[in-house]
Amino acid sequence: MAEPLLRVDGVSKRFGGLLAVDNVSLGVQAGRITALIGPNGAGKTTLFAMISGFLTPSSGRIYHRGEDITGVPPYRLARRGIARTFQIVRPFAGLTVHENIAIGAHLSRRSREAALDAAAQVAHLVGLAELLDKPAASLTVAGRKRLELARALATEPKLLLLDEVLAGLNPTELAAMVPTIRAIAERGITIVMIEHVMQAVMSLAQHVYVLAEGHILTDGSPQAVVGDARVIEAYLGRGAAARLAAAGVAHV
Amino acid sequence: MRALASIAVVVALLAAVPLVTASNVVLNFLVVALLTALVGQGWNLLGGYGGQYSFGHAAFFGTGAYATAILQVRYGVNAWLGFAVGIAAGAAVGAIIGALSFRSGLKGSYFALVTLAFAEVLRIIASVAPITGAGVGTLIKLDLRPEALQFQSRVPFYWIILGLVAVSLVIVRMIEDSRFGAYLVALRENEDSAKALGVNTTLIKLGAMTVSAAIAAAGGCFYAQYFLFIDAGIAYGPWISIEALLAPIVGGAGTVFGPLLGALVVKTLGEATKLVAGDAPGLDLVIYGCVLILIVAFAPSGIAGLLLKARQRFAALKSLRPEQPHG
Repeated sequence: MAEPLLRVDGVSKRFGGLLAVDNVSLGVQAGRITALIGPNGAGKTTLFAMISGFLTPSSGRIYHRGEDITGVPPYRLARRGIARTFQIVRPFAGLTVHENIAIGAHLSRRSREAALDAAAQVAHLVGLAELLDKPAASLTVAGRKRLELARALATEPKLLLLDEVLAGLNPTELAAMVPTIRAIAERGITIVMIEHVMQAVMSLAQHVYVLAEGHILTDGSPQAVVGDARVIEAYLGRGAAARLAAAGVAHV
Repeated sequence: MRALASIAVVVALLAAVPLVTASNVVLNFLVVALLTALVGQGWNLLGGYGGQYSFGHAAFFGTGAYATAILQVRYGVNAWLGFAVGIAAGAAVGAIIGALSFRSGLKGSYFALVTLAFAEVLRIIASVAPITGAGVGTLIKLDLRPEALQFQSRVPFYWIILGLVAVSLVIVRMIEDSRFGAYLVALRENEDSAKALGVNTTLIKLGAMTVSAAIAAAGGCFYAQYFLFIDAGIAYGPWISIEALLAPIVGGAGTVFGPLLGALVVKTLGEATKLVAGDAPGLDLVIYGCVLILIVAFAPSGIAGLLLKARQRFAALKSLRPEQPHG
C-alpha cells in the first residue's frame, strides 16, 4: 500500500499515572472514510487531540503526507489542510452563523467579502443556508454540530477529523446528517471520524479502528469489526460474546 | 464606506463645538472626555474585541507621557517628534508585555493581574528613577508656540485630541472589517476553535495589544503636552487604567463608538457629581464604581447594546403592527 495520508506511529499519551493512549499505530488512506470507535474512555478524543496538535504525545510520532507533524501547533496543521471539529461544540457564540463559517474561510482568503461569500457556499453544502444570519448561540444541538462541520469545511481541508458529529442527534437529524458527511467525502476529502452511532459507522466508513483502554484492539472493514468477539467484549464486558453466540444473536 | 460615514458625521459635529462656544469650561471638559475616549478605544481593541482584559493600560499611557516629556526636557527633542516617539515607545512596551504574557499562555484574570503588575512596577520605577524626575515629577517648560506643540488657546488642543480620537475610530472600524479583526473576535469567543481553524492566536493577540498600546500611549503623549506636568502617580497610576476600561464597558465594549459614548457619559456624571456634592475627593470614583456595577449587572453590552436592543424592539413592534390605513 502507498504511504497513507496520515500515519500514527506508536503514539502514547500519559496524564500523570493514567496512560490514556498506549502505543497506538494506525494509517489513514487518502479519499476514504476511516472510523475510530471504542467504548467511553478508550482514548479516542485524546488521540484526536494529538493528531490535531492540541496535545503533544508523550512518545511516538505522527506523519502527514510522510512528513513528521508531531507537536506542530493546530493553526499550522489547519494551514496544511488538517481540520477538526470538537466533540463538545465550540461555536463563536456571539457571532452569526455566517460570521462563524467565515472565520474558517479566511484561512485562504484575506478579504472579508471573499470569506463571507465562500462561507455562504459552505453553508449550502451542510444545510445551514437558511440560518446564516442567526446568532450561533440560538442554534439547536443539531445546528451546532452542522456549524462545527461547516467551519472546518470552510478551511478547505484535505483531511477532516470529525469528533462525534452525530452524537446527540435524534433519528431524523441523524438521517439528514449522514448524507451530508457522505457528500463531503465524495468531494475528495479524507475523513477520520470518532463515532458511537454504529449504524452510521456501518453505512459510512470503509475502514474501522477499534480503540479500547488506550490501545488498538483490532481494525478492518465495519462488518468484520462488529463481528469480532474482542470488540463485543470491549463494549459489553468479558464473556459477552460467548453469551450472545449462545443466545444466537452474534454476527450481525 | 457607510461605516466610515458615521464616524465622519460624529467627528464633524464635535469639531464644530468650538465654533459654537468659546467657553474654556466646556472645551476643557470635552478635551478630558475625548482623552478618556482615546485611551478607552485603545483598551477596547484589546479588551472589547479581543476579550483580553487589561488592568494596566497605564503602562502604555505613562510610557507615552514620559517619553514625550523626557525627550523634550532632557534631550531638547522637538515636541511633535517626541509625541511620535512616545506613541512608538508605548507600542513597544505593549509588544513586550504582550509577548511575555501571551507566549506563556496567560488568560482571563491572570492576564489582567499581570498587566496590572507591569503598570505598578513601571509606576514604582518612575517614582524613584532620576530620569523621570522621581518623586518631583517632570515639568515641561512653558513655550506657547505651535512648533513646541503648545497653544495659547484650548481650541487647537481640542482639535488635536479630536483628530486622534477620529484616527482611533477609523483604525478600529477598519480592523473590524478585516481578517485580523474577524480573527480577534473569534479568539475572544473561543480560542481553541480559532486555533483549529488556522488562527495563530498568539500573534493576533500580540498585534492587537501593540496597536492598543499605541493608541493608549497617544493619550499619554497628549496628556503631557496639555497639562505640561506628569509624575509617576499620574502617568502610571491606576486611575488611567480604570478610566481606560470604564469608558468602553459603559459605552459598549467591542463596538466602535462604545468608548466615545462611555467617556462622555462617565465624564458628564463625574462633573455632575462635582456640581452637586462639591469637590469631595474620591466621590466621582464612587459614582464610577456604581455606574460600572449597574452596567455590568443590567446592560452587559453597554449603552451601545441598549440602543441596539431598543432599535430592534422598535423594528419588531413596527413589523407587528403595520400602519393602519386612516379613513
